[in-house]
Amino acid sequence: MANLSSEFVGIKSPNPFWLASAPPTDKAYNVCRAFEAGWGGVVWKTLGAEGPPVVNVNGPRYGAMYAGDRRLIGFNNIELITDRSLQINLDEMRQVKRDWPDRALVASLMVPCEEQAWKDILVAVEDTGADGVELNFGCPHGMAERGMGSAVGQVPEYIEMVSRWCKKYTDMPVIVKLTPNITDVRFPARAAKAGGADAVSLINTINSIISVNLDRMAPEPMIDGYGAHGGYCGPAVKPIALNMVAEIARDPETADLPVSGIGGITTWRDAAEFLALGAGNVQVCTAAMTYGFKIIDELTSGLSQWMDDSGYTSISEFSGKAVKKAVDWQDLNLNYVTKAVIDQDSCIKCGRCHIACEDTSHQAITQSKNGERHFEVIDKECVGCNLCVTVCPVESCISMVEMESGSDPRTGLKIDRNYANWTTHPNNPSRVESTS
Amino acid sequence: MDSIQKGSSALQVDLHPPLDRRDALVESERCFFCHDAPCLTACPTDIDIPLFIRQIRSDNPQSAARTIFSENILGGMCARVCPTETLCEQACVRQDEGAPVRIGLLQRYATDHFMESGEHPVERSEDTGKKVAVVGAGPAGMSCAHRLASHGHQVTLFDAKEKPGGLNEFGIASYKSPQNFAQREVEFVLDIGGIYLQLGVRVGADISIQKLSDEYQAVFFAAGLGDVNALSIPGIELKGVRDAVAFIEELRQCEDYEKMKVGERVAVIGGGMTAIDAAVQAKMLGAREVTVLYRGGQEKMKASVFEQELAQKHGVKLSFGVSPEAVVGDSGKVMGIQIKRDMDGKSEREELVVDSLLVAIGQRLHSELGEQLKQQGLDLSAGKINIDSDGRCVGSHFWAGGDCANGGEDLTVTAVQQGKVAAESIHAALTAQES
Repeated sequence: MANLSSEFVGIKSPNPFWLASAPPTDKAYNVCRAFEAGWGGVVWKTLGAEGPPVVNVNGPRYGAMYAGDRRLIGFNNIELITDRSLQINLDEMRQVKRDWPDRALVASLMVPCEEQAWKDILVAVEDTGADGVELNFGCPHGMAERGMGSAVGQVPEYIEMVSRWCKKYTDMPVIVKLTPNITDVRFPARAAKAGGADAVSLINTINSIISVNLDRMAPEPMIDGYGAHGGYCGPAVKPIALNMVAEIARDPETADLPVSGIGGITTWRDAAEFLALGAGNVQVCTAAMTYGFKIIDELTSGLSQWMDDSGYTSISEFSGKAVKKAVDWQDLNLNYVTKAVIDQDSCIKCGRCHIACEDTSHQAITQSKNGERHFEVIDKECVGCNLCVTVCPVESCISMVEMESGSDPRTGLKIDRNYANWTTHPNNPSRVESTS
Repeated sequence: MDSIQKGSSALQVDLHPPLDRRDALVESERCFFCHDAPCLTACPTDIDIPLFIRQIRSDNPQSAARTIFSENILGGMCARVCPTETLCEQACVRQDEGAPVRIGLLQRYATDHFMESGEHPVERSEDTGKKVAVVGAGPAGMSCAHRLASHGHQVTLFDAKEKPGGLNEFGIASYKSPQNFAQREVEFVLDIGGIYLQLGVRVGADISIQKLSDEYQAVFFAAGLGDVNALSIPGIELKGVRDAVAFIEELRQCEDYEKMKVGERVAVIGGGMTAIDAAVQAKMLGAREVTVLYRGGQEKMKASVFEQELAQKHGVKLSFGVSPEAVVGDSGKVMGIQIKRDMDGKSEREELVVDSLLVAIGQRLHSELGEQLKQQGLDLSAGKINIDSDGRCVGSHFWAGGDCANGGEDLTVTAVQQGKVAAESIHAALTAQES
């Protein structure tokens, strides 16, 4: 059996699955249920400064995007940070950490950009026995209007400044949670590192309007006829999150900065992908809010099974293993030639590959042969784009097969097994001499 | 197969329960929106099935229904009675995985939704003042009348019965069209305007074909098959023997099933849809034993495999290779039937005890009408009118379609298509006359 135990910036947990700072971690009641179910850790719902707590709307705060069978694939929210008093949260955290010493308990924090405010809350949190803090620089709605959350996360200088304050006033590991609502995630990550942060976690939610009510002519979720933009998450954001995690992992300046991967993780496979691209652990929210805490059993058993099958005994053995393979476009081998091949035995003759290719791509798939419905790739036209594979409803019916010899019937060029990329391509005005 | 309802209450329960909105959204998601879709090719009325399913999927059943009705104004009935398992659903590319998209039920979802809205899907063109006679208010006649009316022509729709609908109203099993759907659909079709019903008028008897020919600019025959084939064996005149068509008709018009006398032991002679419809309904009415006696082997039976299984699931016994030789009776009433069973080249004779015998060995053109059509120069073969691909009667200036015409299977959907095709041909002819 693979060992799922995890150590992230010195914080130990029995598995790499933490619940992200969000409604599921707002109270001791929920957190204890999560721990009973088997979650490795939690990032407690974001605490604010001492004083009257924030208030939430009293109407709908969530909206969803569905796939056909009403399967939730995208989710957004306009909920703010915890609306319970700081003291109640601190008391509960202390008790929970005492009752569950083997689980990770990290406090998410969001206070105004003042040194004293950060100092005060860090002292209070450290006293609870919490394992670490996560600075919420990501929340894109509500709190951002008050100069906090993503308003801080969008200014690398602020990130660096606050990270530095935090490292000054606490010995706890400091994780900086990044917002995806920026143009290049490497800059905030570098700033966090420069400020001394121990890790970054990402992504927080993406600014979004989930839907528009066409009867009321207003965005949803709707509060008394009006809607505000909210934070988007769930399975649909995973590709965006994966890229941002990889961007940080392969940036020489932050390559050694630990990353907690977040964004649409729903199954063990999603988690393994984040880990492979450099995350040290993962955080989950939407999947738990959709299906309940029991999904942890699928996450742990799935990851464990896959590790066993793949010969990995610990997470560190494969964490970051795909980072080297995530390269710039210009590094891709332009001598690599593939052609789509349709397996006629599994083809159900729906014709979608044909019409997709015919209407929108390269006219490289037939629709009939000897008067019969028949779909076959025309190698002379096929650029190997993979569109047919993506639209085919039958798994593994169409595959991309590498041409290993001969010449490409489309270009007439002989297959060259040597690697050559754009940087040395004759069509590139800025080409350099090939070193090979 | 949906759960089996038993007892006479089953007569008013849909054989396939309709999909609700959620079921329809989920089912529509299963459609792959195939290119040049095989289901569309398989539909006799050319309904753009992938398109209407995609419209359902985007929660737009109203547009889905318009897509259906634009090719098949009787899309509601076809959704109920079409043998989809041998048409669109058999062609579905998901058939091989054993679960084709349930096209029939999706069609019903859309058409039911539309018909409840009270709207009409087609706008009638400006009145042309041209008059067309349509003989027979069944599926072919209604389809033809509707398409002609949509082009602005004035249609007089004749029917010998006092109620329109043809076989939809009188001929199919009640569980295929419960809750008076046939009449609701007639009203829906007539909503377009420009169609005038002439009920209780038998063309050929009450009004001559010549008169129609004189008074209307075009005539479309969709009179169906008004006579039943007779079984010539001794004892056929005994009380308790009746033709299955009449039995179904009585049942369909019956308001209190308790008053329907069906007998304890029923035999149905025949192997088509009518035989199965009669047998299953006899069972539902409370007959203890119902046996279908068919001359040929199972593979020759005209009733589909689905229908055969339906009958068996309702406890109807199907007996193959059986020829009736004589009806036996006492005091003028049927007591049994002598049959000859052919098996492995040998013949055995036995007597089956029955108190009710239903004969369903086929129907044919009403003899009087057939004679008059012949006099008008129409070409008939196998007791039906020969038509060309436009629905024109070979050798005459009439048009015909539906069961009374040759070509295609005797299905509602085929009749609808023939009516539609003939209407376009008539419209083209009437328009050509003008120019």
